[in-house]
Amino acid sequence: MSGAIIEADGLTREFRIRDGKRRRVLTAVDGLTVRIEPGEAVGYIGANGAGKSTTIKMLTGILVPTAGSVLTCALRPVQDRRRLARQVGVVFGQRSQLWWDLPVRESFRILAAIHALTRAEETDRTAELVEQLELGEFLSVPVRQLSLGQRMRAEIAAALLHSPRLVILDEPTIGLDVLSKQRLREFLVGERRLHGTTLLLTTHDMGDVERLCDRILVIDHGRLAYDGDLPGLSRTVGAQRVLVVDLAEPVPDLTGMDGARHLSSEAGGLRQRLAFDAEQTTAAKVLAAVSDKVEVLDLTVEEPDIEDVVRRIYAAGR
Amino acid sequence: MGSTGTVEAGAAETAGLREKLRPYRAVLASRARSQRAYRTSFVLDLASSLLVGLVELAEVWVLFSNVTSLGGMRFNQILLVFGMADLGFSLADLSFGHLDNLPDFLRAGTLDAFYLRPQPILLQLITSDISLRRLARAAVGAAALGIGLATAGVSWDPRTVVLLALGLVSGYATFAALFVWAAGLQFFLLDGEEMTNAFVYGGRYAATQPASVWSRPLKLIFGFFFPMAFTAYLPTVTILGLPGPDWLPAWLGWCAPAAAAWSWLMGLLCWRWGLRHYQGGGG
Repeated sequence: MSGAIIEADGLTREFRIRDGKRRRVLTAVDGLTVRIEPGEAVGYIGANGAGKSTTIKMLTGILVPTAGSVLTCALRPVQDRRRLARQVGVVFGQRSQLWWDLPVRESFRILAAIHALTRAEETDRTAELVEQLELGEFLSVPVRQLSLGQRMRAEIAAALLHSPRLVILDEPTIGLDVLSKQRLREFLVGERRLHGTTLLLTTHDMGDVERLCDRILVIDHGRLAYDGDLPGLSRTVGAQRVLVVDLAEPVPDLTGMDGARHLSSEAGGLRQRLAFDAEQTTAAKVLAAVSDKVEVLDLTVEEPDIEDVVRRIYAAGR
Repeated sequence: MGSTGTVEAGAAETAGLREKLRPYRAVLASRARSQRAYRTSFVLDLASSLLVGLVELAEVWVLFSNVTSLGGMRFNQILLVFGMADLGFSLADLSFGHLDNLPDFLRAGTLDAFYLRPQPILLQLITSDISLRRLARAAVGAAALGIGLATAGVSWDPRTVVLLALGLVSGYATFAALFVWAAGLQFFLLDGEEMTNAFVYGGRYAATQPASVWSRPLKLIFGFFFPMAFTAYLPTVTILGLPGPDWLPAWLGWCAPAAAAWSWLMGLLCWRWGLRHYQGGGG
């Protein structure tokens, strides 16, 4: 099948809200024009309330756009909602789509019926997902008794059971521990490689974007503020990485280093934070420069944080 | 050859229908199983539901220990009205009562999950649960109806059977529509359960009463707009050959299906209207 998987043109959504006695119009999504091709993995990022969830609801036919148009899998989401549902899987990180009091296995069985999977399809796909998401140990446990990490894996399996062409994940890794996040990302990478699934995910986690997405859309106050890859984004906003060094002895602030800027010192200079631009220098060069002055015991490199990136884009757009 | 084709087409149609119903069957069967899974709690549920039914029946009985006739009906004739209305309502409550939970879905945002499945939203919502404990209450209604039929001097002829069947089926459909109607309005009312409960449960109460005692405004509201008089009272009047009261002639008992159709029309309109409001597509 040719053609875009998502094609939004001037997509706009307003909400009329009551603010005390006055009514005002809030524009949640403002003229979004974007085209996503089959097989892409797109990170959709923005601050809380930037319009991410509203966009997703318009893509899936839950909300009717105020203006503009969108085609998802070449279908009109509102009018063709039922046909679209067969091709899209959505995971809402905060809201469960499973049956709270039923065992995970039972939820899958019901969903297979809902999506009219044949016996063979149901068995094969369930087995595949159970193996890859490691659901075996809690298949017969009621959903309400699962840990957050287990539940999220079950949610993802539920959304992918009918092998959708497009998978939309709203904050899939929120609240998960490092290991669970890692597993989930590996699974999504594998799913995409194996089935050519298109991924669209909203997240606050830079790690998700780095490991999963080859394209990033930044939405700010309902408007598309950036469309491109991650290095490009960092370049655009000049987001800097931060080297944190634990030193053998307290030293004065490490200012005046080449390509790095001193941010802060803790414990009287035993731990210092240095910002550097990944375009100009490398962590190794900064580390070498620090090591010339004082012995380094330990170090971490902090990635630019999404909130920070978004803030910078916002500031730049003023 | 032609007949084989017809048989095959018929078989294919049946298979298609089975496949169409599979999602709903899967959910309902699993809901029913999970309710029966804990025997003690299920029995307690049944018992409490039975108690509610009996208390409501007792109310009618207490009333009649003070009067011999109400609205031109004797106790065993009222039993017929009560039984018919309560049986219809309990069965509607069993299969549609959970539509009352729509405000919870709206608050928690869980209605969105229904949008991601390839079935109509209302059908999914209706088949998302079933309250088997209401069977106990339906049994009270059925018993009252049985006793009423046996003692109220009903003449058993085809006319009676048809009227009874029409009345029961239409009554069930009317009450079911009332739940849909109320759910549709929930989209507009924040915390509007109180208001819609007033007409759903008030309607049930009205349905168990002889409409002849109602004032004219009540006759308009529960006689026609929410056609509660058609769920039990009017069919009973027609079965018993009693004269109907003002504004509600006895032949209206035959029109119970029309009342059900009207209720469904209003229910579906309100639902559609509510859903549009939810999606923000304009009224």
